[in-house]
Amino acid sequence: MLRLQPFDFVKPQSVDEALGLLAKHGRNAKLIAGGTDVMPNLKHGLYQPEIVIGLADLAELRGVAIERDNQEDGTLAIGAMTTLEEIESHPLVIAHAPGLAQAAHAVAGPTQRTMGTLGGNVCLDTRCVWINQTHFWRKSLGFCLKKDGTACHVVEGGKSCVAAASNDTATMLCALDATLVIRSARGARTVAIRDFYKPDGIFNQRLEPDELLAQVRVPAPRFTGGATWSGYAKLRARASIDFPKLSVAAAFTTDAAGAIDDATLVVSAIAATPRLISGIAELARGGRADDLALLARLGERAQKVTVPLTNIDGDAAWRRQMVPVFVKRAFLAAKAAGAATAV
Amino acid sequence: MSAAKPAGDRTDSLEHVRSPNRTFGPQPPGERFEVIGKRMRKVDGAAKATGEALYTDDLALPGMLHGKTLRSPHAHARIKRIDTKKAEALDGVFGVVTGAEMPARFGVIPWTPDETALCIDKVRFIGDPVAAVAAVDEETAERAIQLIEVEYELLPALFDPAEALARKDVLIHEGNKHGNVTKEVKLEFGDLAAAFAKSDFIVEDDYFFHGTAHAPIETHVALARFGSDGVLTLWSATQIPHYVHRELAKVLDLPAPQIRVIQPCLGGAFGGKSDPFSLEFCAAKLAMKTRRPVKFLYTREEEFYAHRGRHPMAMHFKTGMTKDGKLTAVDSKILIDGGAYSSFGLVTTYYAGQLLTGPHHLPTYRFHSTRVFTNKPPCGPKRGHGSVQPRFALEVQIDRLAEKAGIDPIEVRRRNFQGAYTTTVNGQRVTSNGFDQCLNQVEVASGWKARRGKLGRGRGLGVAGSMYISGTNYCIYPNDMPQAGIQIKVDRSGLVTVFSGASDIGQGSNSVAAYIVAEELGMRVEDVRVVAADSDLCPVDLGAYSSRITFMVGNAAIHAARKLRTQVQAAVAAEWGIEAERVLLAGGFAFDRDDRSKAISSAKAFQITEARLETLGTTGSYNTPNLGGDYRGGTIGASPAYSYTACVAEVEVDEETGIVTVPHIWTAHDCGRALAPVLVEGQIEGSAYMGFGEVFLEDHDVNRFGLHARPNLLDYTIPTSMDCPEFHASIVESLDPEGPYGAKEAGEGPLHPTIPAIANAIHDACGIWLTKLPFTPAKVLAALQAQKAASGGARNGASGNGAAH
Repeated sequence: MLRLQPFDFVKPQSVDEALGLLAKHGRNAKLIAGGTDVMPNLKHGLYQPEIVIGLADLAELRGVAIERDNQEDGTLAIGAMTTLEEIESHPLVIAHAPGLAQAAHAVAGPTQRTMGTLGGNVCLDTRCVWINQTHFWRKSLGFCLKKDGTACHVVEGGKSCVAAASNDTATMLCALDATLVIRSARGARTVAIRDFYKPDGIFNQRLEPDELLAQVRVPAPRFTGGATWSGYAKLRARASIDFPKLSVAAAFTTDAAGAIDDATLVVSAIAATPRLISGIAELARGGRADDLALLARLGERAQKVTVPLTNIDGDAAWRRQMVPVFVKRAFLAAKAAGAATAV
Repeated sequence: MSAAKPAGDRTDSLEHVRSPNRTFGPQPPGERFEVIGKRMRKVDGAAKATGEALYTDDLALPGMLHGKTLRSPHAHARIKRIDTKKAEALDGVFGVVTGAEMPARFGVIPWTPDETALCIDKVRFIGDPVAAVAAVDEETAERAIQLIEVEYELLPALFDPAEALARKDVLIHEGNKHGNVTKEVKLEFGDLAAAFAKSDFIVEDDYFFHGTAHAPIETHVALARFGSDGVLTLWSATQIPHYVHRELAKVLDLPAPQIRVIQPCLGGAFGGKSDPFSLEFCAAKLAMKTRRPVKFLYTREEEFYAHRGRHPMAMHFKTGMTKDGKLTAVDSKILIDGGAYSSFGLVTTYYAGQLLTGPHHLPTYRFHSTRVFTNKPPCGPKRGHGSVQPRFALEVQIDRLAEKAGIDPIEVRRRNFQGAYTTTVNGQRVTSNGFDQCLNQVEVASGWKARRGKLGRGRGLGVAGSMYISGTNYCIYPNDMPQAGIQIKVDRSGLVTVFSGASDIGQGSNSVAAYIVAEELGMRVEDVRVVAADSDLCPVDLGAYSSRITFMVGNAAIHAARKLRTQVQAAVAAEWGIEAERVLLAGGFAFDRDDRSKAISSAKAFQITEARLETLGTTGSYNTPNLGGDYRGGTIGASPAYSYTACVAEVEVDEETGIVTVPHIWTAHDCGRALAPVLVEGQIEGSAYMGFGEVFLEDHDVNRFGLHARPNLLDYTIPTSMDCPEFHASIVESLDPEGPYGAKEAGEGPLHPTIPAIANAIHDACGIWLTKLPFTPAKVLAALQAQKAASGGARNGASGNGAAH
């Protein structure tokens, strides 16, 4: 079978210990949470860490809670090591961020979700048909931009890597305007997930080698007299297991009369970052989320700015045709899930 | 071939045992069937479910080394130089082997030996094996192969079979007399021109069947030991231990008696393990060189390179029909993409034509099939070898013609039913044939009459039919010996051991052998143990291919067990002073038919027999009768009995995305007598599952660099349980006069009609004809949009003409 290259493995017992190890080893270290992405990538020779730091024992990075900063604001605080299976079935997530429960449920299959974590999915490496293969395969190809080579096989002559963000939950967390708590031995910082990703398929995260994603914070809806909704739609080859060929998240608020007040739409599995579609709130405001004509306009808007490439297996032109369909399905999924519960 | 000589058994008094092809008719040996036809557990079911079963990779020997294979990174290149010094010098490396040390050419078909254990002068596809290493562990072996230096001279690579056919300047196998053509077959039966001339309807179009892989859960794995006694033992995940035995002797230049081949418990094969493979020779050679046991376990990627999967076929078909729905002629021209080596390709090229002449009566028929080499992983036999592809084209054309004639697709197949006990247009002898009953069953089960064409746009039902062989009388290497053999040994404890050469690859052939012997000897199944697929212990069987085992090994098992039954009946009768026919064997007892209080256990009956006769043990065998058309190739595809299948698929087409879901597949299969109905149902469901996956998800292909596009089980998508239809399996039992108790095959036939039934259902759902597999959503959507553009708006259901895509 495919073998791992040798590395040291440590399992810190506290976050501080983990941060100390990261500070010491930096780029030579690789974090492993559930391992569902890191392990195959290690076997494919995509990383050559000297040390792998296992986060499984860090109970303090696990769990879901509502945190109230004051009487009005509420935040769904989710430890990065919380498994996707816990997220998809957690009553607080289902109640306050139904779209996130849907997105977590859409990741891989039940086995992977039992192991895989939210933090791991947020930090998932980008994917491409030319990179997620064995060392032998990549070598036969002459490698590629993302690792060991100089040429891009997706965009001929391309100088920047277009490997695709393929993390279901990231699309939804961008739509929900989540923030990430990132820790290092130097301290903690908070960054909006919309600013976390950068358009570089080689490494698409603004994360320093000594940093660790500790928590994901999702604004919980406040009671405004209206309602808050979120929904996720995923295009994939099979009904389970597969990474997205298209990932669409919608989040919106409605007023007391049911008209859309504000709306956000994010499309991913296209390029290195999830893409926030601009102008959606303006188009949607005053409309209804089950108005198919409105959804078609939103879909058209998204389609205009999304250009699927051959970085993902399957007909790219067809994937582009699917953008409006899955925009519609994300909004309808939000309606079907029901309004989020306000705190 | 001539019949084997009858066995010279002095107690053998049964005349029919001497019949050349030794068949026993559909009747039970006693008053009624006690085991056969019952819903039994597999003999190895519990061991597999609990993890006790020992697969090849579970075996470990003291001092065992691990092997790895260096593979070609180029699709077509000449090997200028191989330098293994650095690899040999690496700490932990015990041996390195290159092709020059095993120069003998081999191939599963003796007429086309074009493989070597490792490439010598040339590599012909990315993944072709070049050198191998045995080291203390897999990690060291992996490091070592990276240290082997190979200098290549690149050659132009051919990936498109049409180009390979046309190019004379690039030869994948130099010395091949016909350019890149590996085999060409042209056969014509009857006057096609006249038949087309009197046809009221003719359809003529192009079909494409893509490449698909077997994707067994267990990859190839082999373990070799070379003992101080000079005996080489090879444990291998193979479905053809006998051919591996023969080819090992040739390639290793060892006398065959010094080689022992054992096939342990096997984790899926589907035709993908029916060639000898590089790792079997390399493990053996390195064990001989290092004097240590050596194991090779292929990665999933290597399993995709070893391949031997379904051949891509570009098929031009023309079929005619009269207005009352009678087929008049079928004319096909097929270009077969063989990949880099011959493998079973000679047979594939025949099967692409020869196996299409039932269950529908074809008054005239012509086929012209050509297999060419390309610089891709070699194709070979996959479940339904050679005939799944043209069956797709033919069954879609029958539906197109039925539509033109205005006849229901099930009805049109009824009108063309060839019937039982007939001869096909290409000279194949048909015995039992329950295809008409298969049609009836799926028609009723699917609610066809009430639902077909009435489910509204986007939903539809489709039907197709097929036939397949129960083994073939074309023996891979010419010989007059039996195709299958069984030996039975009796212990005084009452245990009976059955030695079977057959490869149980999960289909349950060991279970069937146990059921048959238990039935014949009136024993409890748990008192019968099967030892199988060990060349030192078991009589030769040719292997698990062509759906031959139940039919042939089953007959051999009846033959061996009935001899023993006769002995036991005679001995007990003598002991009791009654006539032998009064001694009945059933349920673990021997008893007097006329005084049923007089009963002894099977063990006691065996002891009496041993005391009166001698040490107990019998043999049995089976060989096919002379079959087939009297022309070159006429025996290829000739089978002692054919199975028949009808299938109805229900589909739902999402016209927004082109994604097709299949809520139900109903398959009715005529397997003669179902010796083990649970196993038959499993084969029917598994076949339908595999066909379903091939229609929509699976695609074995290379990218523009000639690299396998999806050499892993994330990218090479096989259906998950979430994708699967409800499979409804039903069994039709047209008792065959030659099958064991009337049985025929069940392992491959049921796959065939699944694919065209789905294609025909998509037409019923939305009026489009899809002719190019796989039916990806992009293709379906494009066809729907072309249909819309052609009609300038809405069209309804099956009345639409649609666009062939």
